[in-house]
Amino acid sequence: MKKRIFVAVSAILVICVLLTFLGALVIPKYTDNKEGALVGEYYAEAGGHDVLFIGDCEVYESIVPAVLWEKYGINSYVRGSAQQLVWQSYYLLEDTLRYEKPKAVVYNVMALKYGEPQREEYNRMTIDGMKWSSSKVGAINASMTEEESFVEYVFPLLRFHSRITALTADDLKYAFETPKVSHNGYLMQTGIVPRTDFSEGFSEDDYIFSENAIKYLDMMREKCEDNGIEFILMKAPTNLWRYWWHDEWETQVVEYADKYDLKYYNFIPLEKEIGIDWNTDTYDKGAHLNVYGAEKFTEYFGAILADEFSLPDRRADTALSEAWDVRLEKYYYERNNGGK
Amino acid sequence: MLFTSYEFLAFLALVFLAYYLLPKKTQWIVLLVSSYAFYALAGVEYLAFILFTTVTSFVVTRLMERVSNREKSYLAEVGDMLSKDERKAFKNKCKKRRFWILCLGLLLNFGVLAVLKYTAFAIVNVNSMLHGFGVESTLSIPSLILPLGISFYTFQTMGYLIDVYRQKAEAIKNPFKLALFVSFFPQLIQGPISRASDLAPQLTEPHRFERRNFTYGAQRILWGYFKKLVIADRVLVAVNTMIESPEEFRGAYVFLLIILYSIQIYADFTGGIDITIGIAEALGIKLAENFKRPFSSRSTKEYWNRWHITMGSWFTDYVFYPISVSRPMLAISKKSRAWFGKKIGKRIPVYLATIVTWFLTGLWHGAGWNFIVWGLLNCLVILVSQELEPLYSKFEHRFPKLHASSTYGAFMSIRTFLLMGLIRSLDCYRNVPMTFSMWGSMFTEFDLPSVLGEGLLSLGLGLSDYIIVGLGCALMFAVSRAGKDVSVRERLYDRPVLSWSLFGTLFILIIMFGAYSVGYDASQFIYNQF
Repeated sequence: MKKRIFVAVSAILVICVLLTFLGALVIPKYTDNKEGALVGEYYAEAGGHDVLFIGDCEVYESIVPAVLWEKYGINSYVRGSAQQLVWQSYYLLEDTLRYEKPKAVVYNVMALKYGEPQREEYNRMTIDGMKWSSSKVGAINASMTEEESFVEYVFPLLRFHSRITALTADDLKYAFETPKVSHNGYLMQTGIVPRTDFSEGFSEDDYIFSENAIKYLDMMREKCEDNGIEFILMKAPTNLWRYWWHDEWETQVVEYADKYDLKYYNFIPLEKEIGIDWNTDTYDKGAHLNVYGAEKFTEYFGAILADEFSLPDRRADTALSEAWDVRLEKYYYERNNGGK
Repeated sequence: MLFTSYEFLAFLALVFLAYYLLPKKTQWIVLLVSSYAFYALAGVEYLAFILFTTVTSFVVTRLMERVSNREKSYLAEVGDMLSKDERKAFKNKCKKRRFWILCLGLLLNFGVLAVLKYTAFAIVNVNSMLHGFGVESTLSIPSLILPLGISFYTFQTMGYLIDVYRQKAEAIKNPFKLALFVSFFPQLIQGPISRASDLAPQLTEPHRFERRNFTYGAQRILWGYFKKLVIADRVLVAVNTMIESPEEFRGAYVFLLIILYSIQIYADFTGGIDITIGIAEALGIKLAENFKRPFSSRSTKEYWNRWHITMGSWFTDYVFYPISVSRPMLAISKKSRAWFGKKIGKRIPVYLATIVTWFLTGLWHGAGWNFIVWGLLNCLVILVSQELEPLYSKFEHRFPKLHASSTYGAFMSIRTFLLMGLIRSLDCYRNVPMTFSMWGSMFTEFDLPSVLGEGLLSLGLGLSDYIIVGLGCALMFAVSRAGKDVSVRERLYDRPVLSWSLFGTLFILIIMFGAYSVGYDASQFIYNQF
């Protein structure tokens, strides 16, 4: 009997170890689709930020914390991910507040157009990187599409097991530690693909933001109010076809900001003032800014943040400066080497 | 709730915990509540139908038993005073009364099944006939629900009614215990079709936790999931691709479809039954086996003694035999002997009973001409084989060595496998003329090289999938061979290290190579649909 129990316990342990290893092997490393690695990178840098940028791709490809530091001494972080839905932004904000309390939170409003869970792969990119907490549970429950299952978030191996037949060398190399891909949440794009199409996007069936989206926007606002954080709304200066920002949406955001006395900045009409050149400042025909456009935009927005919200210049903080020196070195190395 | 869902695994864990932790007296109540919860999760509206079957069966069996009891007590009281003829007449009278009660029960329950399952099919055919006669108007097809597993639980329960009528089984006196027999959740949706005398007592008697039973059950469940998730649901992708575009996948693809669909349905159905029997075994309940290595059968008749055994024996006991000995059939037998002579005449009633049985077997599988033709083709093959039996015997005597050789045995098995697969493909296209056309294309457009080249990879499966399926089939074959005399689980029971190594590996293989989660279309077990 004792032997049977010993064998059973040993076997279960061996199976668990094997499954842990296999899990680490098959879970996407996001060395190509780097967006998936952004959320998880935060925890190594958590704490002490004065501004938190939150939202979808328009945030993590438009806001360059390195520029904010260099130009204004603002210590900031971007918690954005691909197609990050409003409720995901809320739970990421809630998650962030466990580690730090920034002075301002800037939310990019583009994702307000989504009222329901969208795509499983984007959910994964946003949620898998979160550390386990009630916020992650909330994010999962709010985001799951019909085909998804909570269990598969708890045990990602159950979701990604089929990658076993498509593993690459990177999967083994980065099984337990993936390389850092962002600069304080900013994902650098160095390519240049000029914008050529200036046509408007498709018309929508319904321009009214869903109750669900507004509910989570309210929750973000209230969370900031409760924590004495300035809640700011922005719309990044990107606009192309599928990413079109309709006037009807703009009106609703303006009304919302007025109603709650929030600052809202729509940078689309300010592209000339910012200095964006759509021939050189976008890597995907205008859907998103490349590093050159993002730097221009961040410098412009940084001035507003520094002036209007009295964010402190922390460059005199030696320890922080030293940490930023290292980050800046990496940032410029990548910038000058075509993103490598 | 699919057997392959996470919810089902959680449900199962709760059932096991409650079953073994609560007092033994309440175990059957745990099973009843679990079974109804399982069924309600499939659709609350279905409960009305299973309740109807339970209530009518309870009333009918109790009435039949009352007639039997009265018969016994009357005969005990006054039997001695009656002449032999009077006793016989009284017994016949009681039997007739029980018969009519039975007929009422069968009519009500098969009536519900017929209305729900076959109304649309009947109306479509009536409309076609009306159209044929030039009638413009058509009957509209009502939208009816088809409760999960209705064919299975109806057949199992009606078997019980007939057994009570035949006095082979006692009527279950507690309606809740009968409800459990009708609804026992592991077998509710795809069988096996159990007999009341085997299953009902086991369901209600207390069961101690037995390590051996639980281990065997868990191992069998695991093996079932392997077949279902690693093989059946993976092959399903290629099968569906070919079925959905029949114009594109003709000729050699039809041959490939026959092979792959045979693998799929075997892994799917036997996998489901393994899970069912494994769950029951872990609960201390032994269910009837439904398969005995069917693909090693050397003839169609043997195949049907090894494939879906409980359904086959149900039709034999409750359809074939009653028809064979029915009065009209005896009359036919008499006349046919007179007309065609003894040799041919005695076969005619057997053939007629066989034809009716296979017609009904086909119809049981589904409301469609493809199922009926499938049943009748099986019947044709069996009858032709029977007629050719003397020829086979001559061959056997002429070439005894060849007949005894394993090569010839393999040839016979492969021949049966292909023949059954060919007929089974009626289930794929679900359209009789199209199926015949596809069969024809195998002879006119057979281009094997094109299929073996890029063709295989155009079916939604990659090379790795084919390797997994190939190795999975080899494993199924090896396990089937190894368990021919003594089951693999028994061989391993006293060798815990080897047992854990093998079943641990199997578990990991399911996790890593199972066709589940996002990206795979979660497929129901094929037999759930029947």
